[in-house]
Amino acid sequence: MFFPISNSHINPIYLVVVGFVIGILGGFFGVGGSFIAGPALRLMGVDWNYAVGTDLAHIVGKSIVAARQHRALGNVDLKLGFFMAFGTIAGAECGAQLIQALKRAGNVNIVVSYVAIVVYFGIAVFMLWESQKTLRSAKGRSPRKGSGVKDDHSAFGPVTQKIQRLKIWPMITLPTSGIRISLWTILLVAFVGGVFSGFLGGGAGYIRMPSMVYVLGIPTHLAVGTDLFEIVISASYGTISHAIKGNVDILIALVMHTGAVIGAQIGVVATQYFAGPKIRLAFVPLPLIGAAIVIYTLMTGHKL
Amino acid sequence: MKKQAAKSLRVFAIELAVYAVLVICYFFLVLHLLGEWLYRLETQHRYTYAVVAILLIAGQAVVLDTVTTLLFRLLRGRWK
Repeated sequence: MFFPISNSHINPIYLVVVGFVIGILGGFFGVGGSFIAGPALRLMGVDWNYAVGTDLAHIVGKSIVAARQHRALGNVDLKLGFFMAFGTIAGAECGAQLIQALKRAGNVNIVVSYVAIVVYFGIAVFMLWESQKTLRSAKGRSPRKGSGVKDDHSAFGPVTQKIQRLKIWPMITLPTSGIRISLWTILLVAFVGGVFSGFLGGGAGYIRMPSMVYVLGIPTHLAVGTDLFEIVISASYGTISHAIKGNVDILIALVMHTGAVIGAQIGVVATQYFAGPKIRLAFVPLPLIGAAIVIYTLMTGHKL
Repeated sequence: MKKQAAKSLRVFAIELAVYAVLVICYFFLVLHLLGEWLYRLETQHRYTYAVVAILLIAGQAVVLDTVTTLLFRLLRGRWK
């Protein structure tokens, strides 16, 4: 099938399958899946600028489906999502400015690559340690009557509680998430996620979802659903910005999205069968895949 | 429980088959018709293209989500 906007020939079945895989990951983990979509489009000969912009457009569609499904299951905190969207957009702009400054200094590729490797490995190691410790301690604990898979515990819980106790005005009550926390903490978490999104590309769900769980203390299922809702807003902004710059082939995004619709629904349904620590443990390979792609790029000089 | 899982899988397989037919029709009709128009829009009116692009992907998300949900409900009801 010929896509005139990006001037590329791609088999639509390949796009549907890629969309399907990303849809499952997105629905289950609350991530955009740009670390797969970008290289997958590059493999088909799509230019890097189109791969980035088109991926963002596809993320909007996939996240709408997954967020709607999560909302039906009560896994979306709309109030938190709106606040986070502001922080993410501001952070994404700062991240993009940082990239521009590094471009001017002439060492953008090496700095971004090393930061990405450290961040990806850090997240993977921390989540592996935390989820395993939580699962081990849960084995010794008798399950509470009526507690389901959404009943969430974390070995990092005491630190999270200390963060929640920081009384910096204005304090926000989030009834859906069951917490009361400073607005500045929410904005800071979103801002950091946004900076990484602008700096490393993609939606940065691999940073935002864990920080919502560990820093804000949001239960994992709610963090996944709310992150997807927040991605809809921030990725829409990114799509419009990239489309104006001529980096979006919406026809490719529309075809990929037909597969993502089914994948996202499967991913969302699957979260209902796993407890929070197990979802976090299963999340560990995702940042490692991201790190492996960056290491491959550094070693071979080929940008996937 | 196993019977229930088998029933869900069967419904899902039928849903996939029906969905695949719908998607193929969609490729040949909608994308074929939209392709040339979107290409011209992208080269000549970037701002309009940006708005149309976001509306298209959001609209497709809502429509396909509704279609698959309805399809799933319809098939589940028929196989009960």
